[in-house]
Amino acid sequence: MFRSLKSGLLASAALAASLLAAPALAETVAIVHGDVFTEGASGHISDGTVLIRDGKIAAVGANVSVPAGARVIDAKGKPVTPGLIVSDSRIGAEEVGALGNDLTVKNADIGAAFDVQYGLDPDTTLIPIARLGGITGAIVTPVPARQGDGGDQDEVANDTAGAGGGDSTTSATLFAGQAAVVDLASGQHDMVVKSRVAMVAPMGAQGARIAGGARGAEFVELKAAFDDVRWFMKNRAGYEKGMSPHDLHLSRADLEALIPVVEGRVPLLVAVDRASDIRQALKFARDEHVKLILDGAAEGWRVADEIAAAHAPVIIDPTQDLPGDFQLLGSTLENAGRMSAAGVTVAFTSAEGGAHRARELRYDAGNAVAHGMGWDKALEAVTINPARIFGVAERMGSLEPGKDADLVVWSGDPFEPLTQPVAVFIRGAEQPLTSRQIELQRRYMNMPNGYPVQYH
Amino acid sequence: MLAARHEPFDGSREDRLKTQLLAAVALATSALLTACATDGSTPAPSTKIASSDKAAEKPRALPPGIDPAADMDPFPSTYRPFPSGPVAIVGATIFTGTGQEIANGTVLIRDGKIERVGAGIAAPSGYQTVDAHGQYVTPGIIDAHSHLGVYATPANQASSDGNEATDPNTSQVWAEHSIWPQDPGFNRAREGGVTTLLILPGSANLFGGRSVTVRNVPARTQQEMKFPGAPYGLKMACGENPKRVYGSRGRSPSTRMGNIAGDRAAWIRAADYMRRWDDYHAKIAKGERAEPPSRDLQLDTLMGVLKGRILVENHCYRADEMANMIDISKEFGYHVAAFHHAVESYKIADLLKENDICTATWANWWGFKMEAYDAIEDNVPLLHKAGACAVIKSDDADLTQRLNQEAAEALSAGRRDGIDIPEAEAIEWITKNPAKAIGILDQTGTLEAGKRADVVIWNKDPFSIYALTQKVFIDGAVVYDRSDPRFQPKSDFEIGHPGETR
Repeated sequence: MFRSLKSGLLASAALAASLLAAPALAETVAIVHGDVFTEGASGHISDGTVLIRDGKIAAVGANVSVPAGARVIDAKGKPVTPGLIVSDSRIGAEEVGALGNDLTVKNADIGAAFDVQYGLDPDTTLIPIARLGGITGAIVTPVPARQGDGGDQDEVANDTAGAGGGDSTTSATLFAGQAAVVDLASGQHDMVVKSRVAMVAPMGAQGARIAGGARGAEFVELKAAFDDVRWFMKNRAGYEKGMSPHDLHLSRADLEALIPVVEGRVPLLVAVDRASDIRQALKFARDEHVKLILDGAAEGWRVADEIAAAHAPVIIDPTQDLPGDFQLLGSTLENAGRMSAAGVTVAFTSAEGGAHRARELRYDAGNAVAHGMGWDKALEAVTINPARIFGVAERMGSLEPGKDADLVVWSGDPFEPLTQPVAVFIRGAEQPLTSRQIELQRRYMNMPNGYPVQYH
Repeated sequence: MLAARHEPFDGSREDRLKTQLLAAVALATSALLTACATDGSTPAPSTKIASSDKAAEKPRALPPGIDPAADMDPFPSTYRPFPSGPVAIVGATIFTGTGQEIANGTVLIRDGKIERVGAGIAAPSGYQTVDAHGQYVTPGIIDAHSHLGVYATPANQASSDGNEATDPNTSQVWAEHSIWPQDPGFNRAREGGVTTLLILPGSANLFGGRSVTVRNVPARTQQEMKFPGAPYGLKMACGENPKRVYGSRGRSPSTRMGNIAGDRAAWIRAADYMRRWDDYHAKIAKGERAEPPSRDLQLDTLMGVLKGRILVENHCYRADEMANMIDISKEFGYHVAAFHHAVESYKIADLLKENDICTATWANWWGFKMEAYDAIEDNVPLLHKAGACAVIKSDDADLTQRLNQEAAEALSAGRRDGIDIPEAEAIEWITKNPAKAIGILDQTGTLEAGKRADVVIWNKDPFSIYALTQKVFIDGAVVYDRSDPRFQPKSDFEIGHPGETR
């Protein structure tokens, strides 16, 4: 009431848009004169048009005619890319780190069966903030409960105190649950694009702790679990009658959840960093005939040829370069570039689980480029690669006809901090480029005289 | 060269050790010493036997270690600049750290100091010329909030030496005594252009202990890293951490009001301690007899703050808590050098400017706990716009390698939101302003004649994500060179591991 009418109206409009905008309105939009990186069959089109209709990409190319009535956005030669997708993320399942999240389960009967899709909140403030970083999609991934590791070295060391998931006293399960692909459109009721896209299992030191202290025990347990699932698949009737040949370690729900993994339809996402652990994971996947995704893979560059030969994609933080523990001794900023050069399919996560700091994803990609990864490969790692790895490439990850119109028009090179998104579309709906943080910034940018900011 | 650089102790240090040895012997034989110790000079040993009932006796000095004023630097720096000759960096775009951007600039370095900075200066004869055409030059980056060495990698219980979380007040502990110089993180930070760091204790306690400023050089001992003449800092902490750590143990503080009460109680004791020592020294100076107070290492540090010798580096997130801490500083007569983390500083930029307090914060970190919920990317740009001292720091072994990027992210957010700041000023967030926040601006932090030649050459504009350091100089010596493996040091820990050939 004290602020200028104009800014007040703008803010109200923005707020209304963020709260009420219906996604994927049937607006037809033509983005013209874009430096279009399709990440699809059309490759790079230096002066292209992207036509959006009914929430989908209708056409992409250098010679696309703009239909009458379409809203035209002139990109003025600036880059247009698919919306970025952050892998290994907590967006939608966490609001304040120290207050916990909806990704960690400490229930002995619900490990593999845990499905993150039911705990997601499309109203979280993390979503608009991530969108301002050009992120339109995320792979929301379970976070394994910690087991017997004594907790953090120090929970107040650098003040990221108590970030979710940690509990050194509670039993953790061999499988941490199933990930989901989400999009970050404003004003939607259901953010899930596809659920149950991967089954998470920690390996390495974490897996060893869960299995009782040694890596060898975990592999025995994993194999036993897979054998149990196979028995269960063949002997459902017997299971119903209580005719198990031996004690099944997994609950019925967990056995059911693991069937698609055992059948090789849903990948097993294993958290693993040490070169020797990666080799063991690859061998396990080969022996058990399961699809594998390597998550972490800090020493992946040392076994890159083997990873490539196994066609196992990796999800890495390309800025991981410190020997944080004895599984990470080979960490290097060149990991992404070296694995990419070896033919490994690479996707990126961002710092701290790709949640509050997910907007740094594009900087992570830029750092990978600075340390040897091809620029095109780095863009793939935050667009089409995660879409392929998690089985949603028919809808997301590239600018191709028929796909969801998730795209970003940038003011410059998307990996540069001095670049900002100019326009963000998700399923064809232009997204408000505001957030709770921008509201706070506006509130304090021009301090009023008289009544406090809370009135303005 | 190496021998000279790493010579363990100079003459004065050896003298000091001998003195302390003699003093210990004297103490052991119940002898007291006579010498005037109030001026801080080293007392001379004596074997004179004390006799407490002789009123006319000359004032006695105290044995070493008993008088806090006798030796305020008991772990002195043994840092020596590495060997270097005169260097001329020519053709670069220079961000001086004083708000200037110089095209086709030259930096002349001589005797470890910045000799001259300007446009188009030709390299004098006898100078090694570094052709930096197309490249950028900035002051060495200063990380005003680091736990390298005290929370070293590999991170485990054995390397967790940053929080003496056993009492809300541990002003008696010094971060330097936890520093492991072989922490590989120092090398990574140097590769990112960091030449000076403030190493702080953690934030579990209201008073976490003393911080120490180090040169980012490979070393065998922390003394070989200590920044000569840099003031000590006192780490204080507001908010959630102290009340959580101690509240969970059923003791105070368990609330924010408990935090404040604990702070004030400590300053009252410190003020009293200072008065007793001041009285003692005044009497001794007048030739009167006086009974010395008992020395207390905890109160020594707090007294150092009250006397203005030790800077207060105050971990504090919320605006309302910072205002309370400012009032405490006025109640007891000290100055807060910087609020750290301080994600809500933008709400009280006027108050911080008025009180000349720096804010050392991030651009991107937010939401990891409640008191970080209102963090915004524009915190630093808004402070800069208000004329307050703004610092981008890391608090993190990863981020410290990329402080230039964090500054770029803050700069970009500001521009997005209508706060247009030139890069030549934004570079101050990681150079000049942290130097001010930790009390070394007279020595480094800008490229000005006479200052230590702490210099970084970047292949591209440091506000680009693709910019990489090419050469890093500390006191005029090359400490890192991306194109020369001889200047890519590895810590002892990295030797013989897969990381060695990473």
